[in-house]
Amino acid sequence: MSTPTKVETTEEAVEQTAPANTLFAAFGNWWARVRGGDAGSLPALLGIVALVIVFASLRPTTFTNAFNFANLIHQAAAVIVIAMGLVFVLLLGEIDLSAGYTAGTAAAVMGVVVTRWGWSWPLGLLACLITGAVVGLVIGLLVAKLGIPSFVVTLAAFLALQGVLLQLIGEGGTIAIRDDTLRAINNNDMPIWLGWVLFALVVGGYAAIVLRRGAKRRAGGLTYEAIQVTFAKIAALAVLLGLMTYWLSIERSRNPAVTSIKGVPIVVAILLILLVALTFLLTRTSFGRHVYATGGNAEAARRSGINVGLVKLACFMIASTLAAVGGIMLASRDNSISPSTGGASTLLYAVGAAVIGGTSLFGGKGRIVDAILGGFVIAIIINGMGLLNQPSSVVYMVTGLVLLVAASVDAISRRRARSTGLV
Amino acid sequence: MTVPEGAAGAATATEDAAPLLSLRGINKSFGAVHVLQDVDFDAYAGQVTALVGDNGAGKSTLIKGIAGSQPFDSGEYVFEGRPVSVTNPKHANELGIEVVYQDLALCDNLDIVDNLFLGREVTKNGILDEATMERRAQETLAGLSVRTVKSIRQVVASLSGGQRQTVAIARAVIWNSKLVVLDEPTAALGVAQTEQVLRLVRQLADNGLAVVLISHNLNDVFQVADRISVLYLGRLAAQVKTKDVKSNQVVEVITTGRSDALGGITNGNGELK
Repeated sequence: MSTPTKVETTEEAVEQTAPANTLFAAFGNWWARVRGGDAGSLPALLGIVALVIVFASLRPTTFTNAFNFANLIHQAAAVIVIAMGLVFVLLLGEIDLSAGYTAGTAAAVMGVVVTRWGWSWPLGLLACLITGAVVGLVIGLLVAKLGIPSFVVTLAAFLALQGVLLQLIGEGGTIAIRDDTLRAINNNDMPIWLGWVLFALVVGGYAAIVLRRGAKRRAGGLTYEAIQVTFAKIAALAVLLGLMTYWLSIERSRNPAVTSIKGVPIVVAILLILLVALTFLLTRTSFGRHVYATGGNAEAARRSGINVGLVKLACFMIASTLAAVGGIMLASRDNSISPSTGGASTLLYAVGAAVIGGTSLFGGKGRIVDAILGGFVIAIIINGMGLLNQPSSVVYMVTGLVLLVAASVDAISRRRARSTGLV
Repeated sequence: MTVPEGAAGAATATEDAAPLLSLRGINKSFGAVHVLQDVDFDAYAGQVTALVGDNGAGKSTLIKGIAGSQPFDSGEYVFEGRPVSVTNPKHANELGIEVVYQDLALCDNLDIVDNLFLGREVTKNGILDEATMERRAQETLAGLSVRTVKSIRQVVASLSGGQRQTVAIARAVIWNSKLVVLDEPTAALGVAQTEQVLRLVRQLADNGLAVVLISHNLNDVFQVADRISVLYLGRLAAQVKTKDVKSNQVVEVITTGRSDALGGITNGNGELK
């Protein structure tokens, strides 16, 4: 899934210096870039492969079955969506420590509205998203207009929202989610045929976009990717997603006679829509360009006529709204909202996901797909350690180590990049 | 060597076209400090006008006024023969005036094309039109005879100081600007790169733009400038043609505000008698 969002600028840069007309040459260019410090998604992908091999060999049956694979996706979904929001904030070189409790609070608002007041589920979702947006608006205004460091503002919000969440739920209680639609979001699967339609849409859409872009660039006399490379990327994507869809379409219920569980989880479609929409926003619109510019050099962005304050405000609002979406997924998965929804290590997992995926903590570098790759690394660790019957203490320690490794990769690649003249 | 009164530069207009930019009787104060006093300044299309002066002479204040980021208190601002009011950077940009500041203001994490169009991206139906931007970037760099850049999709962080300066200058001219103000473009560069940037500065003027070059380095000034304006403590001390003066005379005006050897300047007509 890394291919659709590959930053095309770097590809083109390399191609102009050494035209890549064959797969082999393209691979050579890519490797040169990795060695130069532009590792992209490579560390996260290697991490996923390594973890899967380790857990699959230690728990051959329980880890690798389709049931666990679907379970993994459900576990990862909320962290991934929150991490997608954090990418916007991290791109600015800022941080949002309150994203976890923003998720919890927004979910609690949804719970109050739907379960206690009896409103319909669309209104519940709307209330949840609005709560997220309002939290983001407040944080954004304090950071962008008042100039308080985001670390402090969001630390305050982290504490305050924890209180709001408790207040909404009432001491010690929980709010149950009984609405079927809300429960379905992060528990149910699409019909098998719809899973394959989704697969066809993704692969076909990706192929159409890259082929059209290549043709246009060729027609315009600009450098373009060798057609073999384009086809190889499309084929790789088709094979990978095809295998996943096939795997998820297998009956995975322990007792198929009673309930049948098969199909691609609904939440996958939501993640894909967010991936495409947010990647489009970041890479194909002026706003996205301004986000990267603000993170790279805020003063330069300001002098170029970019309203830096507005860009920051928008990013914090997007981050908090996506955190609210993550809250919906948490609540849907648990069928309830408790005072710990979005608490504990949710935020740290989300930050870890973004960083492991390749988003820099220093601003100016990051992609939406990072959140998905990093989110799966984290989810695989938690899931696999659970299957190994490891206590929470070990899970925390291992997760911490992995995050440290990811941050080290970020720092080392930055140093390499500086010495070779890339960012 | 006191401030010229009245219409300085009128004499030069007889042998050249009218100046593209003409400032008359410019004043600017910050509180009690009178930074610019009755300054006159001209810049001509197709020529490089150097603006020199010691630290605190008012060079930066003058260009900030020209750029509109700190408007003048009083005085006449004439552009292309029409009196205009430039009170913010947007006005200046709309007139075709671009300023390249000393600290480049480029985003290291973006590539050359991205930087050239930053804040003014070309879009089609709300979507970035990368192909058009890339083509125009290529054309602009080719028009400036820039051949040292390997790929215009390189991130700016990977460029040398001279190349970065080139990108900053290209950004100023990509919008068909008429007047480009360069603030110390060679200050942080080595010998070869300075040479490269100066060639580019000359190229801009030869392409028909009016160039205002601020510099502390008189070697640079004498290499590329057609005219030299000297500011001394907020006043215009001299406005001369480069070919009429020697380096040491200019140094004298910069440091003392007067030069006995350049006695002829005092008439305020901007040329030697």
